[in-house]
Amino acid sequence: MNARGMMAALLGLGLLTGSTLPAAAQGFAGLGAAADGFALPDPGYRPGFPADHGAHPDFRIEWWYLTANLTGPDGADYGLQWTLFRTALAPETGPPVPGWNSPQLWFGHAAVTSADFHGAAERFARGGSGQAGVTVDPFAAWIDDWQMAGDSVDHLRLTASAPNFSYDMTMTAEGPLVLQGDAGYSVKSPDGQASHYYSQPFYRVEGTLELPEGEIPVTGSAWLDREWSSQPLSPDQSGWDWFSLSFDTGEKMMGFRLRGDGPAFTSGTWIAADGTPAPFGDGVLEAVPTAHSTVEGFSVPTRWRLRLPASGLDVEVAALNPDAWMGLSIAYWEGPVRVSGSHPGRGYLEMTGYDQDRP
Amino acid sequence: MTPAILSALAAHWRRNPLQFLTLVLGLAFATALWSGVQAINAEARQSYDRAAASLGEGQFDLLLARDGGWINAARFVALRRAGWLVTPLVEGQITPDAGAPLRLLGIEPLTAPAGMAAAGVARTDLAGFLAGRVLLADPETARRLTPPPAVLQGRQVRAEAGLAPGTVLADIGAAQRLLGREGQVSRLLILPDQPQNQPALDQIAPDLLRQGAEAAPDPARLTGSFHLNLTAFGALSFIVGLFIVHGAVGLAMEQRRPLVRTLRALGAPLRLLVGLMLAELLAIALLAGGLGVLLGYVVAAALLPDVAATIRGLYGASVSGTLELRAVWWLSGLGMALAGTALAASGALWRIARMPPLASAGGRAWAVASARRTLGMAGAGLGLLALAAGIAAFGQGGGLWLGFTLLAALLLGGVLILPPFLALALTLAQRRRMGPVAEWFLADTRQQLPGLGLALMALMLAMAANVGVATMVSSFRLTFTGFLDQRLSAALYVNAEPAGDLRALEAFLEAEARELLPILVTEASVAGWPAQIYGVRGGPTYRQNWHFLAGGAEAWDTLVAGRAVIVNEQLARRADLAPGDALTVLPGLVLPVAAVVGDYGNPVGQVILGEDLFRATFPEAAPRRFAVQADDPDTLRRALLRDHGLPTAAITDQAEQKALALAIFERTFAVTGALNVLTLAVAGFAMLMSLLTLAALRLPQLAPVWALGLTQRHLAGLELLRAGLLAAMTALLALPLGLGLAWALLSVVNVEAFGWRLPMFLFPADYARLGLAAMVAAGLAALWPAWRLARRPPAELLKVFANER
Repeated sequence: MNARGMMAALLGLGLLTGSTLPAAAQGFAGLGAAADGFALPDPGYRPGFPADHGAHPDFRIEWWYLTANLTGPDGADYGLQWTLFRTALAPETGPPVPGWNSPQLWFGHAAVTSADFHGAAERFARGGSGQAGVTVDPFAAWIDDWQMAGDSVDHLRLTASAPNFSYDMTMTAEGPLVLQGDAGYSVKSPDGQASHYYSQPFYRVEGTLELPEGEIPVTGSAWLDREWSSQPLSPDQSGWDWFSLSFDTGEKMMGFRLRGDGPAFTSGTWIAADGTPAPFGDGVLEAVPTAHSTVEGFSVPTRWRLRLPASGLDVEVAALNPDAWMGLSIAYWEGPVRVSGSHPGRGYLEMTGYDQDRP
Repeated sequence: MTPAILSALAAHWRRNPLQFLTLVLGLAFATALWSGVQAINAEARQSYDRAAASLGEGQFDLLLARDGGWINAARFVALRRAGWLVTPLVEGQITPDAGAPLRLLGIEPLTAPAGMAAAGVARTDLAGFLAGRVLLADPETARRLTPPPAVLQGRQVRAEAGLAPGTVLADIGAAQRLLGREGQVSRLLILPDQPQNQPALDQIAPDLLRQGAEAAPDPARLTGSFHLNLTAFGALSFIVGLFIVHGAVGLAMEQRRPLVRTLRALGAPLRLLVGLMLAELLAIALLAGGLGVLLGYVVAAALLPDVAATIRGLYGASVSGTLELRAVWWLSGLGMALAGTALAASGALWRIARMPPLASAGGRAWAVASARRTLGMAGAGLGLLALAAGIAAFGQGGGLWLGFTLLAALLLGGVLILPPFLALALTLAQRRRMGPVAEWFLADTRQQLPGLGLALMALMLAMAANVGVATMVSSFRLTFTGFLDQRLSAALYVNAEPAGDLRALEAFLEAEARELLPILVTEASVAGWPAQIYGVRGGPTYRQNWHFLAGGAEAWDTLVAGRAVIVNEQLARRADLAPGDALTVLPGLVLPVAAVVGDYGNPVGQVILGEDLFRATFPEAAPRRFAVQADDPDTLRRALLRDHGLPTAAITDQAEQKALALAIFERTFAVTGALNVLTLAVAGFAMLMSLLTLAALRLPQLAPVWALGLTQRHLAGLELLRAGLLAAMTALLALPLGLGLAWALLSVVNVEAFGWRLPMFLFPADYARLGLAAMVAAGLAALWPAWRLARRPPAELLKVFANER
């Protein structure tokens, strides 16, 4: 299971138990590996499309996770996030249960970040009412008025609104879907936890941000992650640092670092400009914090040095806005980053578990 | 030195245990009534706060169906998808096997706002709550529902402290099933922080009405005047108690003058002496205050279930029936005891502190009021009465607090003019020559007035309050029964909602009933106030039974013709409407007001239209309830139950409904009645104590009269007569004061608090009974001192001539 999986599970669990993050993680660990009859990721399974763009209600957790790096007319950088999580209280193997009895819960997160602004919002919904959900053909993923929809996942319109920001984007895929891990079966930890995982990192984006200072037309690129799983967390995991970087060369990299009691577990995928993935396992990616910022009273590493010797990568990753704190039901840091060094570019950084660290 | 002084001071109480008892009991009673009332108020407020905090009531704007009915749950999703952050609520009643019905509230915890604490509680076992297995309630209600009664269909109720009392909280799905309302919601709550770029509500939901949070019935506001009344009673009792304390402390200080003189002559510093007497009073105040708080707890615990039932019946707000020991009221009780003692004792202590060490004991100088003081009291009293009259004449509409200022000025002014009034009456009586004994009796009575004045004032306060409240309650009862006769004039009331085929039911009723009165209603906002618009059929029932506060009988004809409307008094007062004024019912529908009708106990405005106009204006609002006049109601009821599948609960008959309303009403004033009796009892106690203390002091006055030949029995008889005479005169003055009080309550305070005025009726028999009760109380209070006088050994009377006491 990867970082976002923990997030989805924790979101569900945070609501279920009303407790704070570490306690929730420990409580969740007690559920057991094959808990409650949920389907488990299958190494032999090959994703099929468009069906797998839709929901997998027999799995416990799933998400549609989109981040975008954008540029305004004056060259200023912006970032946006649009996320839909699904978490199930019980596996749903038959036809969907309509009405309030549906075991499916949905959560949405949206954010916009500039060098001096960061707005974040969240939404909650229950399955079965139509308030949130995903359809395959035509494709639509929505919660309330937040929507990612189009005739297919290659052409999407993305909207979200909050009291202090909103956005309306059109996205066009300019490259292939990328299967992460072993043809979409992604092993995430030494214990063998895994998920089904694919990405679409090649969206071209244009649209309008509505920020407190007014409307801003923007263009840029976006990265969609799709993942579903059922497996529990390790009780000792205290947080993670997750990078999705797009380099000026057209190459891309997804990499993460899970922090726990022992040495951090790292993993990721190097993606060639034509979309060919080259997954790498634990210990290959080196990620070292080089500067911390104090955000909401917590010490968060907002400048990193990343090295991936096999690909000749040696870069510095710096937050566009160190104050990109997502002060939601589950608090974490997520925002756009600038990349400099051997492979200049842009990307997104997500960090959790720092809301325990007082400077 | 200190121990010696303390022992000398304590010796006084050992020699006068009755005085000590008076002081402690007086203070304890005063504190008990005050803290008891405060305890009840604190418990009720806590309940409202819990309801507001846990359910977010009164904090959020609401969306209601304009036709007053249920909202299709799909509207919730449609509004969310249009960008409106709303959360659905389902509300209804469930009746467990035994006991009062409970409020069932269904919430959707995922979309509920952060300000709704109940949603947070629901999330502690979200899976169980969402699945409908677990319901939540406050511990008292949860106990009542364990094991779960059949009406809960096997669901468990978990206790959660901090939830609104008397409310069962369920997931929206479970609540819909329990109420038989699948796919429907009662209302939608609008979250405070809405996103940008929303479509206008009146475009996407024209059939829903947005009601501001401030317009929602807020239990704290609705019940505010009820609690203000209780507080006024508590304060009144406390003041009566302070009269007792003042008398007891003053007497004790006076009797200790020789002691103080002796101690100071022996070298005790004045500062130390006064300090020790202060400490002594503090200790007594703490003892009595503590006792009072204990007693107050007992009073409050005894009254609370009645108060809770009253508030639930009157306002629909739930108040926990169990009393908790809260710092706010027991501290306030102790504080009042200390402050009251300080207030009552300050004058006496001041005189002790300024007394020259060698001054002779001043006898009963403390009790001899100068003519100047009497004049001052008369002036102040008349001034306050003038202020009350001014407020009554010009200050109407100035708010609730002005109303209570009027009450206070009236009471205080009335009380202050009592001693001057009595002195004047006695002086006038003295001018008529009636023989030496009568003349002595009158002069002696007048001379006693300063000592008895405080007790008489207490008696008058208690009596006036009794007269005022009795008048208010009885006026309310008369008006309310009349109103019920008016409003519940049909034989049967049928709730048509459970019927499968509404049209068939209506057709059946049209055919079978002598007169069918469909009750058409829709929610609206009229003249900026939340209001209900009714459509009525102007048949003989209404024409015969409804009486207008303003407007003539021709109002019905214009109403039926759709050329005018009738409004209730609440709306008329708020929007300043009188017959003939034009009212904008809806944009584009402006009609003159034909009449104003009394509508007691309803917090919202009402506009009544003729049936045809209503149906044309609101074609979607179908009648859900019917009032039915039938020649044979029982047959009709059986037919409805048998042929139309209506449950028994859907049909109520007039008598049943009237009895229910009256039962609620009777409980309302049971509480006030109980407090009334307590106040009168405390006043009687004050009288007894004053007479007892005076009896001891008055020996030097009585001994010469005895020496001149009046027997002790004769003297005792005169004492009784005096008490009766003073009580009668006090009662005489208390009657107009009480009527003034009643008028202020009915015509000023009630209008400010509720928006309607109660007509005032007079009940002379009640007043006569009350006056008699006051005289009996005074007579009883005088009985013991008189008996003691009659039995006093003549040697004691002789001693008066032998030494200086």
